[in-house]
Amino acid sequence: MYVAVKGGETAIANAHRLLADRRRGDRNLPAITIEQLIEQLGLGVDRVMAEASLFDRSLAALALKQSRGDMIEAIFLLRAYRTTLPRFGTSKPVETGSMQVERRVSATYKDLPGGQLLGPTFDYTHRLLDPSLLEDGMVDQAVERPGTPDHVMRVSDILDGEGLIEPDGEMPEDHVAGDLTREPMEFPMQRDLRLQALARGDEGFLLALAYSTQRGYGRTHPFVGEIRMGLVEVELEVPELGFTVSLGEIRVTECQMVNQFKGSAKAPPQFTRGYGLVFGQSERKAMAMSLVDRALRADEFGEDRLAPAQDEEFVISHCDNVQATGFVEHLKLPHYVDFQAELDLVRRMRARHAAEMNRDIDKEAAE
Amino acid sequence: MEAATTHHQAEPPARKRVLDLLARATRTDMETVFNALVTKPNHERLRGPETGLVMVRGRMGGGGAAFNLGEATVTRATIRFTDGTVGHSYRLGTDKRAAELAAIFDALWQQDSTHQLVEDKLLKPVEEKLSAEQTKRAAQTAATKVEFFTMVRGED
Amino acid sequence: MQIHETSLTGGFTNPVLDSQNVFRTVMNCMAQPGTIGEVAMGVEPPAPLGAAAGAVMLTLCDHDTAVWLGPHLLTPGITGWLGFHCGAPLTKEKTEAKFAFAHHKAPLPSLMSFAQGTLEYPDRSTTLVIEVEALDGGPTLELKGPGIRTTALLSPKGLPEHVLKQWAKNGQIFPQGVDVILTAGHRLAALPRTCKISLKEA
Repeated sequence: MYVAVKGGETAIANAHRLLADRRRGDRNLPAITIEQLIEQLGLGVDRVMAEASLFDRSLAALALKQSRGDMIEAIFLLRAYRTTLPRFGTSKPVETGSMQVERRVSATYKDLPGGQLLGPTFDYTHRLLDPSLLEDGMVDQAVERPGTPDHVMRVSDILDGEGLIEPDGEMPEDHVAGDLTREPMEFPMQRDLRLQALARGDEGFLLALAYSTQRGYGRTHPFVGEIRMGLVEVELEVPELGFTVSLGEIRVTECQMVNQFKGSAKAPPQFTRGYGLVFGQSERKAMAMSLVDRALRADEFGEDRLAPAQDEEFVISHCDNVQATGFVEHLKLPHYVDFQAELDLVRRMRARHAAEMNRDIDKEAAE
Repeated sequence: MEAATTHHQAEPPARKRVLDLLARATRTDMETVFNALVTKPNHERLRGPETGLVMVRGRMGGGGAAFNLGEATVTRATIRFTDGTVGHSYRLGTDKRAAELAAIFDALWQQDSTHQLVEDKLLKPVEEKLSAEQTKRAAQTAATKVEFFTMVRGED
Repeated sequence: MQIHETSLTGGFTNPVLDSQNVFRTVMNCMAQPGTIGEVAMGVEPPAPLGAAAGAVMLTLCDHDTAVWLGPHLLTPGITGWLGFHCGAPLTKEKTEAKFAFAHHKAPLPSLMSFAQGTLEYPDRSTTLVIEVEALDGGPTLELKGPGIRTTALLSPKGLPEHVLKQWAKNGQIFPQGVDVILTAGHRLAALPRTCKISLKEA
């Protein structure tokens, strides 16, 4: 059976116009600007960048405005945009050790070189709605404490000095970092590819998985060794110049999760690690990523893979919210032909069922 | 490879500082200095200005093997003056005019007649502004440093 | 390391439209073997890379395609041009090359020494771009296969002999095997792996 699928052009055009109208909302209110979104809804902009896997605050803000605040729609827009651009190259790895730190906390050491720097955090707020924000009142400037900042040492280096923690994570010498935007995914997957997938993965999905590991589904007994957020340089080797150019700074959040230590025949018991690195200021995502990274390393440490968070194929195949939304949302598109086939099938099954019932009744009557 | 035929050929570190600063100068910074130039240079575009992507890498564990973190938008330009001086630029973001201006200033910096002007009017002010911003950010962060003190406990 | 001056010039004047134009030309030549395409825009790659070969390079090569250059083309000017305009990495390993550029003045390695693709991904084979002396005036080849109604004729001059000798073998491993683009100055023609070639008796 064939069902016509043409038509609806006028309806679609009018729907898009209605969408634009609703997006603008009350014309008596000033239109929101990209700069306002960047300055005042910055963490929303950061989340769009992180999950779109594209660092550009202006474009992420534009996408957020265009999508009326629908995060996944905004991420989708940015992902679509990036496919139109050529790739100029690959940066040198960003050095989070020399980050211009804007926040750094450790849950494992109270007094550590560089100290506990709270930065612009929601922690210790009372989570009470603040009516003063209803008005455009004066906001105090941040307090400044001048002086040369101390070098902010990595917590992992402190433990490393004693050999109590595994190293940063190495790959074979000739290994080239995989890129899942270029090559189809294959399982089992190397850790570099997993980290790329997790860095662009859905925050909600990773958060739920991370939470599940704490509740006993793949327990790794984690401590936050360190969270740091701040600016790192992006450096690119430029062949026509013959030297490395620094393209500017980007803000990233890093989490070093320190986990339990089983040890093996080869290595004495030592702390193991999960790693999270995310575009923008996004501590929850970096923490969730580091917990899931550690859970996915189960095989490396000879742990049984029993929990969902340890199931590589399950986690990596389902953490991308653009893929997920595409497949879930496609269900609303016309499936008229498929459904007609199913209708036909169920009618035939019912007819057969009814015929069998009648035959049984006839048989009983005959007896 | 052979040396390019550009003037005032500098050692990489000196020119690197120029490109790094021009990547951070705002379009307004550059537009202002450009508009104040008495003689505007004639340039042809050899490549771009064009926007593309750079895959940004991180290191597992912060210092280990590289992995691909995600991409960033980058805009670049290469221009040439009539005398053959070539200017390049690479900047984060999608501002094509800013990339072209940065490439022009890279070329102007290489020329004897405009070298000092680019240093004084553009590079040094940008350097100072960046340094001030960095100092301010660090001071704001430092003010949120926790000073622990130990409570005196029971008598025994 | 500084880049050679000629490496910076001679690219597309209008990268988007020009590369679309060249892509269409290459596609038509591939789809209908025997067709001779022409690259009309002013592409000026460093010698001895021809205009058509240069245009194909600008259109098809980028950061993600490793390029192998034959000995005659491995000059600072050309490698710099490839790096500046395409951003493509150079490779010495023929089996890693997505594209290989060769010139009739230097010997061409066996077709089998390049990437042949896999049964799962036959598209991962090398595309060879060979600069010949001319696309006419040489021995006449009779072409058959997809995209050709009956037969098509092509008379390239200066095509390395072993290309013809190895062509049947290239066809036998289908869907694997290499594709070839022949260029001469501003002109180009294509010999896709599905094309059957026989030497026409004079």
